[in-house]
Amino acid sequence: MNMRKFMAVAAVATALVPAMGAVAEAQTQIQWWHGFTGRLAEILDRQVSEFNSSQNEYQVVATPKGTYSETLNAGIAAFRAGEQPHILQVYEVGTATMMAAKGAIKPVHQLMAEAKEPFDPANYLAAVTGYYTTADGEMLSLPYNSSTPVLYINKQALEQAGLDPETTPKTWPEVEEVLTKLKEAGNECPLTTTWQSWVHLENLSAYHNKPFATQQNGFAGTDVELVFNGDLQVRHIEKMSEWAKNGLFVYGGRTGEGAARFRAGECGMMTESSAGYAGVKAEAKFPFAVSSLPYWPDEEGAPFNTIIGGASLWVMSGHEDDEYVGVAKFLSYLSSPEVQARWHQETGYLPITQAAYELTKSQGFYEQNPGTDVAIQQMTGKEPTENSKGLRLGNFDQIRTIIDEELEAVWQGNKEPKAALDEAVERGNQLLRRFEQAAR
Amino acid sequence: MEKRVSFNHRLLPYLLLLPQLAVTAVFFFWPAAQALYQSVLQPDPFGFDNRFVGLSNFQYILSDRYYLEAFGTTAIFSSLVTFISMATALFLAVAADQVIRGANAYKTLIIWPYAVAPAVAGVMWIFMMQPSIGVIAYYMKVAGFRWNPTLDGTHAMALVVLASAWKQISYNFLFFLAGLQAIPRSLIEAAAIDGAGRWLRFRTIIFPLLSPTTFFLLVVNIAYAFFETFGVIHTMTSGGPGRSTTTLVYKVYADGFVGQDLGSSAAQSVILMAVVSLLTIVQFRYIERRVHY
Amino acid sequence: MVERRGIGTILTHLALILGVAVLCFPIYLAFVGSTLSHDEILSVPMPLWPGGQMVENYSQALAAGTQVPVARMLFNSMVMAIGIAAGKIIISILSAYAIVYFRFPFRMLAFWAIFMTLMLPVEVRIVPTYEVAASLGMLNSYSGLILPLIASATATFLYRQFFLTVPEELAEAARVDGAGPVRFFKDILLPLSRTNTAALFVILFIYGWNQYLWPLLVTTRPEMNTVVIGLQQMMPSADDYGNWPVTMAAAILAILPPVAVVVFMQRLFIKGLIESEK
Repeated sequence: MNMRKFMAVAAVATALVPAMGAVAEAQTQIQWWHGFTGRLAEILDRQVSEFNSSQNEYQVVATPKGTYSETLNAGIAAFRAGEQPHILQVYEVGTATMMAAKGAIKPVHQLMAEAKEPFDPANYLAAVTGYYTTADGEMLSLPYNSSTPVLYINKQALEQAGLDPETTPKTWPEVEEVLTKLKEAGNECPLTTTWQSWVHLENLSAYHNKPFATQQNGFAGTDVELVFNGDLQVRHIEKMSEWAKNGLFVYGGRTGEGAARFRAGECGMMTESSAGYAGVKAEAKFPFAVSSLPYWPDEEGAPFNTIIGGASLWVMSGHEDDEYVGVAKFLSYLSSPEVQARWHQETGYLPITQAAYELTKSQGFYEQNPGTDVAIQQMTGKEPTENSKGLRLGNFDQIRTIIDEELEAVWQGNKEPKAALDEAVERGNQLLRRFEQAAR
Repeated sequence: MEKRVSFNHRLLPYLLLLPQLAVTAVFFFWPAAQALYQSVLQPDPFGFDNRFVGLSNFQYILSDRYYLEAFGTTAIFSSLVTFISMATALFLAVAADQVIRGANAYKTLIIWPYAVAPAVAGVMWIFMMQPSIGVIAYYMKVAGFRWNPTLDGTHAMALVVLASAWKQISYNFLFFLAGLQAIPRSLIEAAAIDGAGRWLRFRTIIFPLLSPTTFFLLVVNIAYAFFETFGVIHTMTSGGPGRSTTTLVYKVYADGFVGQDLGSSAAQSVILMAVVSLLTIVQFRYIERRVHY
Repeated sequence: MVERRGIGTILTHLALILGVAVLCFPIYLAFVGSTLSHDEILSVPMPLWPGGQMVENYSQALAAGTQVPVARMLFNSMVMAIGIAAGKIIISILSAYAIVYFRFPFRMLAFWAIFMTLMLPVEVRIVPTYEVAASLGMLNSYSGLILPLIASATATFLYRQFFLTVPEELAEAARVDGAGPVRFFKDILLPLSRTNTAALFVILFIYGWNQYLWPLLVTTRPEMNTVVIGLQQMMPSADDYGNWPVTMAAAILAILPPVAVVVFMQRLFIKGLIESEK
């Protein structure tokens, strides 16, 4: 190729490309880095452009930064170079990392107070915001996309197994009956799950008011010890291991892979995030129902509430005061009932305020889409206890990996449930000690 | 491995080296040294607190009873990827070098899979092999083979090996072909006239003359299998099931980049670099000596 | 060429066709997937022949994400890919020449210093590299996109391997003729390296084009986005349900430009091969 000629063409091309980014210089720009792509990014972009056209002082610029972990790394690298955005979306396992970085963040409650933005934590759903709130009740980050695990039921599979398709098993023993019937009728995948650690250990513990870790699940301090090898958890994993052996439970993978099998109609039931609703609705060619996550009826007081997963918005430090006023206004806008209600209805994520929930209800959404309110009811049925507010663990991503490894050994039949959980606790505790030393 | 003939010039060699060394120093050594320095620190990711902890990161990682297991996984994974991708590429290159009709079409078709970005390659392989909708998975099931990479470690290993090797075949093909084209035709024709068959010609003339290329590709492919494949592993198996596809670099990546445990990740990098340096020295000393120039 | 006809040739063709088929199958399947409806893909097994949803899927993929004109992103990718390929080739051929053809103190040290770059993946050192780029004011610039990525050893190593195979007599003859090192390099070594340079250019161009993580970090202004980043935006989020046809359409779009370049450069490349044939 003639390089000189190419360069000349290239130079002309540059000159022809209109100067971008020169728009709206007078407005204060607010950078928001997020980890969404595709459909979710479009919905997010629409929220941003609606905010931008609703006033003319501030302009929010939403920039996609890849996956969740890429977004977090981009934010960290940028902070170290003094180029950080105002708002950073961080997934729930990164919560402790962000909290430990006290100089890098501006807690949401403080932001709102300094910007004199009206803000009442009582308007928010405690079950959702609790995950990102200190033990003293101060909100650190604003939940953006949150979901909680529920039970999906393939009505057609139930019918084929001679069961009433409207059966909605409430407890694990009831689930077992249904699974056995499904299996007897030749179903090869009576039950599957996504995100096993999140559903079958983290949420299992919260739902039965059992600690997952000491120090109020890490809310009260960093000297945390994992304790998810208690009687309840061992019993639950033993039951699932037995199901796995007998073909009642089929493991689908560490993250969302199992959902594909359910959507394809292979599985009778699935425990999955409430945000998986949109996918099931789009793909399933069979009638389905959404029901609350099953519980063990002989556990005292059960069920309590489940906990969330997803990501929240962290405000980063080091910007000008007037910019923070804009950030506060934007977070208020995101929390407003209309925005929240629409977000909830379009994505299947939970609304973060009571008002948004009421609004969705009054719009008749839950009647038209049965099952979409199961998650909220399951979360708000009871006041969160110190075991069911959420989890705040350092190195949480690696702890989940350890749990995945150990549980996979159980499903393979290579390890006894009790031994696997004991080992996961022991290995996880080492990681917590490391984090404690680094964070101090 | 030195030229007997060399030029003498005091300044010129340094001038020639300067651009590359400058770029390497600024954009590799400086940041890499900082990254590796973290192996004796317990840093928080945001860089507020870098406490010196001596060798405790090493102590921590070496006391992990499963860390040694990852060495074995890495060895199996890397040898399989290197062997499969190099052998396939060599075979195709020799074939493509011989045909006349349609030679260009073959070359293009073999090279262009390299154009697939790593992130995209992972998606394509999942699409093909995913147990519930993947076409290949379906036909394996029809053939009576229970394909289950989510619980069977061997299946998962086969999956990441094939996807990683596939990505590298075009690369190897291109350089093998360049090497083959550089072999003087007269040599091969002379051998053919002497009655040497294809296999004999390949074994006694072509392969030895290709050895500098083969050695280059061997080093590059091992480096690829070690260092560039964690993306494939991350998208396809996340190191599982169990720890069956957790290679050393995948762990460095998962602990440091995904999990933000920079001290442990840096310590693992140091260990890894020591191992690879040793391996490289062995390669250069013992294999390169036997390479025919 | 020897043995022009015969059963051997047919076998060779068969082997090549089989090899090509196996290599291209994942991409072909992705293409088929991009022309089907979501339901067709889900009805296992999906058809192996393209369907009728191509226009819908591709326009849906193109409508997603991308905040900047595609032309701008194509231009950025082109600048970055050519910059990386040309930059790497230039610095590598020079340093390999110095290492192979000169005797000087610290020669092997220089080689190993360059070679070390193979041994630490970019993800491990990405945060400090970003800090260096930021302190040099290189964020959101083409030099920031290009320079950190040309610090690599493979090209230097390839030239070293190649130079070692160049017959000694050539350099000797040049010296007898009184040609200095610069003339020897220009008149003899460069033309001889054409095949390898052509192969390297193809590989490096694609390498540069497909960069994802570094451009994602080092550019914060949308007008500096590359095509690969734009395309990544078309894929569904990790949280979202997979929309296979649109994902596959985005995947096919992502590989189109580099494939076009490979096919185009193939001509150039083959020319280099034929001319160097002895």
